[in-house]
Amino acid sequence: MNNQPILEVQEATKSFGGIVAVNRVSLDVHDGEILGIIGPNGSGKTTLINCVTGFIKMTSGKVLFRGRDISGKPPHKIADMGITRTFQIMRPYYSLPCYKNLVIPLFSPRAKRTGGWRGGGKLGDRDTVGIDILEEIGFERDSFVPYKIASSLPTGYLKRLELARCLALKPEIIICDEIFSGLSMSEIASMVPLIERLQMDGITLIMIEHRLRELFRVANRVMVLNFGEKVIEGSPEEVMADDKVKEVYFGSEEVEEVMSHA
Amino acid sequence: MNNEQGRKERLDRGIKVRTDGLYAIMSLRELCYLTVPRLVLIVGLLILPLVMPSMYWQRVISIVCIYAFLALGFDFLAHFVGLVCLGGAFFIGVGGYLAAILNTSFGFPPLVTIPIATLLGGAICTLLLLPCLPLRGVYFAIVTLMYPLVLMRIIEALNILGGTDGIMGVASFANRWIEQYFVILMVLLFLFGLRRLVNLDIGLVFRAVKDNDQAVRASGMNISFYKAIAVFVASALGCLGGACLVHIYMWSGISLFALDFSILPIAATVIGGAGTVVGPVLGCFILVPISELLRAFGTLRIVFYCLILVAFIVFRSEGIMVYGQRKYHQFERWVKI
Ligand SMILES: Nc1ncnc2c1ncn2[C@@H]1O[C@H](COP(=O)(O)OP(=O)(O)O)[C@@H](O)[C@H]1O
Ligand SMILES: [Mg+2]
Repeated sequence: MNNQPILEVQEATKSFGGIVAVNRVSLDVHDGEILGIIGPNGSGKTTLINCVTGFIKMTSGKVLFRGRDISGKPPHKIADMGITRTFQIMRPYYSLPCYKNLVIPLFSPRAKRTGGWRGGGKLGDRDTVGIDILEEIGFERDSFVPYKIASSLPTGYLKRLELARCLALKPEIIICDEIFSGLSMSEIASMVPLIERLQMDGITLIMIEHRLRELFRVANRVMVLNFGEKVIEGSPEEVMADDKVKEVYFGSEEVEEVMSHA
Repeated sequence: MNNEQGRKERLDRGIKVRTDGLYAIMSLRELCYLTVPRLVLIVGLLILPLVMPSMYWQRVISIVCIYAFLALGFDFLAHFVGLVCLGGAFFIGVGGYLAAILNTSFGFPPLVTIPIATLLGGAICTLLLLPCLPLRGVYFAIVTLMYPLVLMRIIEALNILGGTDGIMGVASFANRWIEQYFVILMVLLFLFGLRRLVNLDIGLVFRAVKDNDQAVRASGMNISFYKAIAVFVASALGCLGGACLVHIYMWSGISLFALDFSILPIAATVIGGAGTVVGPVLGCFILVPISELLRAFGTLRIVFYCLILVAFIVFRSEGIMVYGQRKYHQFERWVKI
C-alpha cells in the first residue's frame, strides 16, 4: 500500500504583524480521506487553508502535495494541480447566471487538460457541462434555478455553487471552509450525502466546520485548532472524549449535544 | 390622489422573451424588434458624414469617433474586467507617435502605419502597464493617469521625437471621405466585436475577474494573464485612435498626451450608460459636439460643460442607454401593496 500522504503540511506558521494566526501546525491527509478541522472563531482555520492554497504566503513551513513542495506557489498553480477550495465568504460571479459561473473553471487549463469534471474525452459545450455539474450537486435541471442570476440565489445554493466550482476542475482535493455554516438543518441534511458521494468518487476532502455533529458524521479524522495551535488530532471519538477539546469548547452546548449522541 | 400605496414593477416585454433565442423568431414584428435598433445605429452612423453641413463638422465626426475608441476601451475595462483605466491619453500618445514615426521616418502610408501602430502600440502599452496589473480600483486609476504625464515630460526634457514642436509632415488620409468612413467603420467593428467578446467564454472570464478575482484564481487561472489580454484590447483601441488622429491633423505632438483623452471618455460612459458598450459611443456623440458648440463662449464653455454633465448625472445617473434599453425591453406597471 502506498503510504505517502496526498497532502502534507509541515510546521506551517503565519504571523500578521504581532499576531501569530497559525503556529507550527503540521498535518497530513491521505488519499480518499475526510479530515475535519475544528476550532473556535479566530483560531486560524481559514488562515491555515489560505496558506495551503497559496492565497497568503506562509511565514515559515512547508506544504507538500504528493511529496512535491508547493509552498510559495501562486494560488492558480496550486489549483491547477488539483487542490481546490471553497471560500468562507461566498462570492459567486454575481452578474452571471449560475451555470455560466461554471464556464470560468471549465475554461481553465486544468479543465481543458483533464476534460473537466468527469474527465475523459473532449470537453463539450461548456454551458451544457456546467448544467450537468449543477445537477450533480443538487440543482434541479428542469427548474429555473440553474439559469437564475447568481446574485439572487439563497445561501444553500451558493454553497453548492462553490462546491460545483471546485468539481468543475476535476479536483483531487477539495478544501471546504465552513460549508455548513449558515444553512438550515434540512439543508445540511441534504448536503451530507453529497459530501459522502464526493468521497466515494475518490476525492480527498478537508472540511473546516463549526457544526460538530455533521462533521463528526462524515469525517475520518479530526484536528482541533486553538489560538493557531494544534490541540489534538485523532478519530472523531478520540477528539470528543478529550479533555482539552472540552476546554476549548468550554460550556458550548454543542459539544454536550454531540457527546450525548455519541 | 397619492393615498394609494404602490410599487413600481418592471417586467420583460413578451416580445423580448420571445426573441431571446434566435430560433424563436416567428414574425416580421419580432425580426424588426431585434434588428431595427442595430440598423438605426449602423445606418445612422454611415449617413452622418453625408448630412454634416460643413467640412468643419465632418472633422468633428472624425474626432468623435476617436473619442469613441477610447470610451469603448474604458467601458470594456471598467465594466467587464473591473479595471478603471484613466490612460486614454497614454494610448493616444503611444499610438500617435508610433504612426507618426512609421510614416515620416519609414515612409509607410497611413493604411500600413495604422494597423502597425494599433498592434505594436497595444503591445507596448500593455508591457508598460504590466507592473500595475495587481493594483486594484483607484490605485490602478491613479497610476494609469500618471503614465501620459511622465511620457510627455520625458519627450519635453530630452527633446526627443521633435520635442515640444512635435513631428510635422505626417501624411493625411487620401481624402476626407476615406478618413471618415474608415473611423466610422472601425467604431462599428469594435462596438459589435466587443459586445460579442464579452459574451464569449473568455469574456465571461473577464467578467468573473471583475466580480471575484479570488475565485478565478482558485479556479486555476492566472488573473494577470487575463487582465493583460483585456488591457491589450483597450490599449490597442486607444492606439488606433491616436494613429488616426495624427493622420487627421498631419502632426504629432505632446498635446496627444492631453488630459481630455483620459477624462472625456469617462464622462461619455457615464452619460451614455456604463456597461452597455454602445452607450459610451453615444455619449461621445453627445459630448464632443457640445464641447465644440460651446467654443463660442470662450473659457465659459467649461462652466456650461460642467452644468450639462452634472445635470445628466443628477437626473439620469444610470445613463441614456441603460434607460433606453429598459424602456425598450421592459414595461412598468404600478402594483398595489
Ligand atoms: N489578513 C489578516 N490580517 C491580519 N490579521 C488577520 C488576517 N487574517 C486573519 N487574521 C487574524 O488571524 C486570526 C485567525 O483568523 P482566521 O484564520 O480567519 O480564523 P478562523 O477561520 O479560525 O475563524 C484572527 O485573530 C484574525 O484576526
Ligand atoms: Mg474562518
